[in-house]
Amino acid sequence: MTTTKTFIYDGSFNGFLTAVFAGFEQKLPFADIQKERLAQNGLFSETETIFTNIELAKRVWNGIKNRSNIAIKNIYFSFLSGERNMEPLLYQYIRKIMGSKYVASDFSDACILKISQTAQKVHREKHRMEAFVRFQLTKDGIYFANIEPDFDVLPLISKHFKERYADQPWIIYDLKRNYGLYYDLHGVEIITMDLSNGFGNSIQKSAAMTNEEYDYQDLWNNYFKSTNIKSRINKKLHTQHIPKRYWKYLSEKKEAV
Amino acid sequence: MDFNRIKEKLNILADAAKYDVSCSSSGSNRKNTNKGLGNASNGICHSYSEDGRCISLLKILLTNHCIYDCAYCVTRKSNDIKRAAFKIQEVVDLTINFYRRNYIEGLFLSSGIFKDPDYTMERLIAVAKKLRLEENFNGYIHLKSIPGASDELMYEAGLYADRLSVNIEIPTVSGLKLLAPDKKHEDFAKPMLKVKNEIIRFKEERKLLKSTPKYAPAGQSTQMIVGATGESDKDVMYSATHFYKNFHMKRVYYSGYVPVSNDSRLPSIGTQVPMLRENRLYQTDWLLRFYGFSVQELLNAEYPNLDMDVDPKLSWALRNLQHFPVDVNKAEMSVLARIPGVGMTSVHKIMKARKFRKLDWDHLKKMGVALNRAKYFILCDSRHWERRDLDPQRIKGLILSTSYGKYRPQYSNQLSLFN
Ligand code: SF4
Repeated sequence: MTTTKTFIYDGSFNGFLTAVFAGFEQKLPFADIQKERLAQNGLFSETETIFTNIELAKRVWNGIKNRSNIAIKNIYFSFLSGERNMEPLLYQYIRKIMGSKYVASDFSDACILKISQTAQKVHREKHRMEAFVRFQLTKDGIYFANIEPDFDVLPLISKHFKERYADQPWIIYDLKRNYGLYYDLHGVEIITMDLSNGFGNSIQKSAAMTNEEYDYQDLWNNYFKSTNIKSRINKKLHTQHIPKRYWKYLSEKKEAV
Repeated sequence: MDFNRIKEKLNILADAAKYDVSCSSSGSNRKNTNKGLGNASNGICHSYSEDGRCISLLKILLTNHCIYDCAYCVTRKSNDIKRAAFKIQEVVDLTINFYRRNYIEGLFLSSGIFKDPDYTMERLIAVAKKLRLEENFNGYIHLKSIPGASDELMYEAGLYADRLSVNIEIPTVSGLKLLAPDKKHEDFAKPMLKVKNEIIRFKEERKLLKSTPKYAPAGQSTQMIVGATGESDKDVMYSATHFYKNFHMKRVYYSGYVPVSNDSRLPSIGTQVPMLRENRLYQTDWLLRFYGFSVQELLNAEYPNLDMDVDPKLSWALRNLQHFPVDVNKAEMSVLARIPGVGMTSVHKIMKARKFRKLDWDHLKKMGVALNRAKYFILCDSRHWERRDLDPQRIKGLILSTSYGKYRPQYSNQLSLFN
């Protein structure tokens, strides 16, 4: 049986790239890269702890980028999927990319296909979040939204919201990962908040919001109903487009939750 | 703002606007300027109604008062319904507040004709103008042009709107005469032509002068109601092709007629909406726009109507078996695009992947090719050619016995009438 090496890293993307660098330096054909808190050493593998090094991470990043822009995107998106054992698969993927020129589009290769499909899934959720974020206006004049995406897409949607809502301060908060983005009319920063008492979803009202907020939610809910054509109803298609896990944040779906 | 009053108006005027099927908010490229509000570039669907259609725009009428009496329309003069009208500022407020909460990509504003076409058109323009100039709003605006509106107004509308549309509604001239006796065919063509020419002029001037103001950057679209006047699919698609070609339409929409009135000229209330037919028309439209088919290949004197039990590409392939089998490892892109069960995404994947190795069934399946249909039409690096010596009827039968299309239950219900 072959022994592999396990790299333990801090869970950040730069940390991951640093681990990839280490693997390449040691000319490892396989490397098991694992997040600190999840690490489970294989019985026969050696472990090494990786300290995130931005310079080395950058070198890996640029190396891949020179090969293929598609690969860069696939790697970052797949990484954000947070799926189990994604890192060793990505290591394999990066080795392939660095090995030959057009490999990122070789969909007959199982690893390439899997990474590109995972990236696709994350991309779909990024897109859905751009659609399903629902801001509520707080008494402080900030447009606030809660989300609970399957994947860690906040880094991917930041630009979209910054460009679109340039003249209003906003917060988008990921409850699952407990961090958020705050735009203060100048730039976007990462924040963590204690949300134990409030900032509700479509069913729980919060005293932090303006009164008008609920009037507008009500109008939106009404619009949603009036625009429906009863003789064409297609509930299956409806839930296919808006998966139920998103409903509690959509004021138009509040009756259905 | 009196929310109760607004709510009542919104209910009436959204309800009346919902039969317009255009929903797209893509194709524009309006940027957020001067730290204003919004941009219009990527066409996001923010919600989906229970009928499964995308909601990306606040789609409302400015008013449902109308001096005309088109038989197929809920807003028609003779219909005994509640009437309402928004004030210009009310539409502006609703749009801005919905947009800020990320409910919508923008506004789709249409209207019944009160007083006359120009008077109505002026009011639609006033809303758009206010949004752009006073609110610094860069989101998407789609204005419905009122048939018969003057050239000057069509010009002005295009300065503020991303998209303009005039709905032709009825695909044949005779049908239009029958159901909308007050409307003249030229009333539709004239504003379309004006918009087309202005877009061309804008593009020319833009080459010389970068600061030329944008004119309807997302182009124009139109819609046709199908199933109201007994027209054939050939009538519908030939008419669509005419609009794509002569008016440079970005999109033609097909809207299965929803019976809204008891009128002897029309299918009675309760008649099923022809959704499957509508779906087939959209599939055909796609084949024309993205797959390199010409309309005559799909519909002609011999085949004036689309097959209901199989999609139009499969239907074409079954009638043209002489072009098959296609070798997926060798064929040109345009030939791959004609294989049933192979979508454009798969075509691109095949083109790329086959540089590395010969593709077999397994590769194709993993890439997302619908093999249950495709396998009868292709050769690849697997030993068997599935079609063997099957005739079209046999192939169709085999495919139908293994497919679970979304309309299949509905279709089998219809079939069972003849059993
Ligand atoms: S003019 Fe337009 S709104 Fe008026 S009845 Fe005809 S279709 Fe309906």
